[in-house]
Amino acid sequence: MEFSDWFYIPFLIGTIYLFGVVIYRFVKWFLGLSKIDKIRVRKNFFTKHTLDSIWESVREGLLHFKMFKVNRLLGYMHMSLAFGWFLLIVVGHFEASSYFGTMFFPFQKSVFFRFYVTENADFPGHTFYAWAMELLLMFVLSGVFLAYFKRFRSKSFGMKKTTRMKSGDHIALTALWLIFPLRFLCETFTAGVYQNGSPFFNSIGAFFNEYLYLEDCLKPLWLAYSLALGTFFVAMPYTRYMHIPAEINLIFLRNWGVQLKERRINTFTLAEVYSCSRCGVCIDACQLNLAGIKNSQSVYVLKNIRNKTLSDEVLFNCLLCGKCQEVCPVGIDVNRLRITQRIETTKQYNSSYDYLQTGVAKKADTIYFAGCMTHLTPSIKKAMLKIFNAAGENLWFMDENKAPCCGRPLMLAGQFDAAEKLISNNQKLILDSGAKTLIVSCPICYKVFKEDYMLPNVKIRHHSEYILDLIKSGKISLSHSDKKAVYHDPCELGRGSGIYEEPREVIKEVMSLIPMAQEREKAQCCGGSLANMKISMEERDILSSQVMQEFSTYEPDYVVTACPLCKKTFAKTNALPVKDLAEIVVENME
Amino acid sequence: MDFGFSTIDTRVIEIDKFDTTILKYVLQHEKSMLVCMSCGGCTATCSAGNLTDFNVRRMQMMLRRGEVKNLQTEIDKCMLCGKCMLVCPRGVNLRNVAMLIKKALVNHKDLK
Repeated sequence: MEFSDWFYIPFLIGTIYLFGVVIYRFVKWFLGLSKIDKIRVRKNFFTKHTLDSIWESVREGLLHFKMFKVNRLLGYMHMSLAFGWFLLIVVGHFEASSYFGTMFFPFQKSVFFRFYVTENADFPGHTFYAWAMELLLMFVLSGVFLAYFKRFRSKSFGMKKTTRMKSGDHIALTALWLIFPLRFLCETFTAGVYQNGSPFFNSIGAFFNEYLYLEDCLKPLWLAYSLALGTFFVAMPYTRYMHIPAEINLIFLRNWGVQLKERRINTFTLAEVYSCSRCGVCIDACQLNLAGIKNSQSVYVLKNIRNKTLSDEVLFNCLLCGKCQEVCPVGIDVNRLRITQRIETTKQYNSSYDYLQTGVAKKADTIYFAGCMTHLTPSIKKAMLKIFNAAGENLWFMDENKAPCCGRPLMLAGQFDAAEKLISNNQKLILDSGAKTLIVSCPICYKVFKEDYMLPNVKIRHHSEYILDLIKSGKISLSHSDKKAVYHDPCELGRGSGIYEEPREVIKEVMSLIPMAQEREKAQCCGGSLANMKISMEERDILSSQVMQEFSTYEPDYVVTACPLCKKTFAKTNALPVKDLAEIVVENME
Repeated sequence: MDFGFSTIDTRVIEIDKFDTTILKYVLQHEKSMLVCMSCGGCTATCSAGNLTDFNVRRMQMMLRRGEVKNLQTEIDKCMLCGKCMLVCPRGVNLRNVAMLIKKALVNHKDLK
């Protein structure tokens, strides 16, 4: 058999195998979705959502817009590899079809075009295609060389950490690293012998021709190129490179309305897990690095779920602050993913809380639920009561003496069934009182009341929103002091509930607010988060003092926050005076 | 025969027969529990303890004595709010202790 008849077989086997596995997985994931999700997919299939998904696939899968936003160099690397390779395939196909005069010809003829077409053919657009293909290859190669560089000097990318790899990843990575340099050698050497490229590659080929017997190198090189492609494609489904097809699948499913449901774990988890490219952006965003915790970042959780090696130590060692989710270029719902896993591992031991008794609700217009954490910081509670007094509220202080917890701490630990008992108990009391507004001074309670309680006709207000309303309606009047403050965004209020502006507006009423580099979506966690079950107190202290240190560079008079837990955590560091929003309002009330 | 009264169950604790499986499991996974000095701050602040007769310090004692049955009913009362952990002067990660006890109780037979 001629060499030209068989050298492409490794490539062909790889391609067929890859497509087989990917299609098998996609079908399996689709069949494993819940009934409602399947209906959603069917309903949204022939709508704008599909077009949106195609655009998003181009934008994120090929051009990597979000990656550019996080890190330009990393974005360029991914873009040159993905978009460049994609264009090489597409333009290569057009080049070959221009030569053969038809759109239909054996697949390998376009991939190994320069091998098959060695005479300096005069087909339409020959010069254009030759130049385009060669420049595209150089574009991809620039990305590959950046990748080499990054692997050994990740710091030069502005990345502190990069992900650790498995042995399968090493095989795929080596194959990927070889593909394009091999293609470059194949094409320049062939051009050196047959002059079938553009003047660019022809001259490089001529240069090599001075020193080497190029003709003897051609066959081994083309075979090596085919082998590298085949190896990469076979290894792909078992390594992180599975993210390439999986991410596109995820984009489509997401746009069709499929969502991760906390209590109904299904194959959508896998669709998300396999979409992780392990780029390592989440590792850099994670504060736990500072405390020396290096194995529980989102990328490792996703990896452990995929390999079925997830341990409690990794799963529960996370503040669920959501910083990594904010920067994830694939948009994986990592926080929810972690909670679904927590529910799965703890569902055998949810408490029943049989001791709960139905309390007697007091009729009132407004309810105040201080929550466990506000009770631990009585100054906030006192300030809130003063504000209610000034506003002349017809108030019922629901947990003045005793009340069950709101349920959120249980949910953060995965104990959803147990939390439901507390939720239904509190819910009944709130509805019985006939109140129109429920005010909370703790973002942890706020999130659960807003998202998991069924309270129709009851407005749930965080105290920052409530105080701002009072100021705007003129129920309380404040004086402006000459003090300066920085505002700390609590995770559950900011990234968790999207409230960024209200607390800032309130602060601006009573003192000047210093803007910071890391605020709003980029805000740090105080380190006190109840979501982390494993972190020790010493490690928490490292996190909170680091954040305080950063605050002190702005030389504020106060650190103002809107969460009693953040206040308590920061106060422990003794670095700067820490106040809750309610306290500074009361201090400046006329 | 019903005399209208009964004797109370014996409260004798046989040190040799302590069931330490759960204690060992908890200590293995949460070392900070070793530094507990039984001050009772956790118990004083406890939200669940405010509602019912839950007592964190008693729970710890049951754990140390291996009173598995009582431990089960006691730990079920905890609402995991985390106040105990925040007031603890020794920095014991009590929420994790509570979760570990729950987990150990479910897997009690396997741990033995």
